Amino acid sequence: MIDTAEMLQAFAPHRGDSIVIPGRGGRHWTQISDQPNRDLPVGDPAMGGHASFGLGVAMSLPDERVILFDSEGDILMNMGALPTIAEKAPKNFYHFMLDNECYATTGGQPVPNAKNIAYDVIAKGSGYPATYAFDNLEDFATHLEEILGQPGPVFVALKVNPEVENTPIGARVRWQTRSRTQVIDDLKGELGIEGP
Amino acid sequence: MTQHAEGELSPEVVMAEMKKNGVTHVVWLPDSETNFLYLLMEADPDLDLIPVSREGQAFSTAAGLTVGGKKPVILIQNTGMMESGDSLRGWGLSLNIPVVMMVGYRGWTRHGVNTDTAATYTERFLNAFGIQYYLVENGEDAPRISVAFEEASRTRRPVAVLVGDEYHGFNR
Repeated sequence: MIDTAEMLQAFAPHRGDSIVIPGRGGRHWTQISDQPNRDLPVGDPAMGGHASFGLGVAMSLPDERVILFDSEGDILMNMGALPTIAEKAPKNFYHFMLDNECYATTGGQPVPNAKNIAYDVIAKGSGYPATYAFDNLEDFATHLEEILGQPGPVFVALKVNPEVENTPIGARVRWQTRSRTQVIDDLKGELGIEGP
Repeated sequence: MTQHAEGELSPEVVMAEMKKNGVTHVVWLPDSETNFLYLLMEADPDLDLIPVSREGQAFSTAAGLTVGGKKPVILIQNTGMMESGDSLRGWGLSLNIPVVMMVGYRGWTRHGVNTDTAATYTERFLNAFGIQYYLVENGEDAPRISVAFEEASRTRRPVAVLVGDEYHGFNR
């Protein structure tokens, strides 16, 4: 199992100018990122949508490398997003998926068939040209340059330690420092994108 | 160009509305009411079609495209729209995404007795989410599509166009 914060620390030097959608890794990434205006920590607008959101960002900004840290719970909710991504095949899209085998934000209940799903195989079968799966940080770090050095879409499944939250949502400390609208406006400002 | 009966909603008219409003991407899932557009859209080099397999994906995809400065339109059926409530809420409304969704109005009858619950709940669903909508049944209604685009842009919210027509050009 991989520690998510350590994984993101290992990724950070490889980030370059990429646009990063930190997804479920948002709480850690906001502490690590050195280019917050190129990040899209939109939190969890509606579970299951990050993959399609990442696809949209990647297709709209083909000259930018777009990196998404998705989760297995999100993928399970909208697995049909994978064939769409594979069909559109954005060369600038790198799809990392954190698999903690559970719904951590609701108390750690297991996702269906939690320990027996090969998400990299599902992505490969959906048409992703390149897929990987890692369950330890060293192997992941060793392959990062190779992963990011090839054209997308690339899918990377990562077994991570669950960070289970068991307090009521209203009692949790918010890690977001900007509103969703502000996050989007900041990225648009950074990239010189006009319009609503 | 295929001939259409006078007054009916032709795909060419709908396409013209899309072009006039600068649509760059069509995020869609096929349905009978909007099928008539497919061949035209596919043949247009300026439109990028993104097929989804569940309508909720359309809202998050459109959100991503909008963040990057593009102008998507969503093309789905009312049944799928209703299944997509949380995506519409989270990826559309909470991110202030100014997107027009053209929704095939399955079951819509102006004068007949409605026998399809898909139609029964369509406008109730949109009202529950506070989504403004415009009904388009024929060519004369087509300018309402531009009204929807203008409203979405001005309010930074999703706006619906209910397409109460079907089958024209279905078997081209």
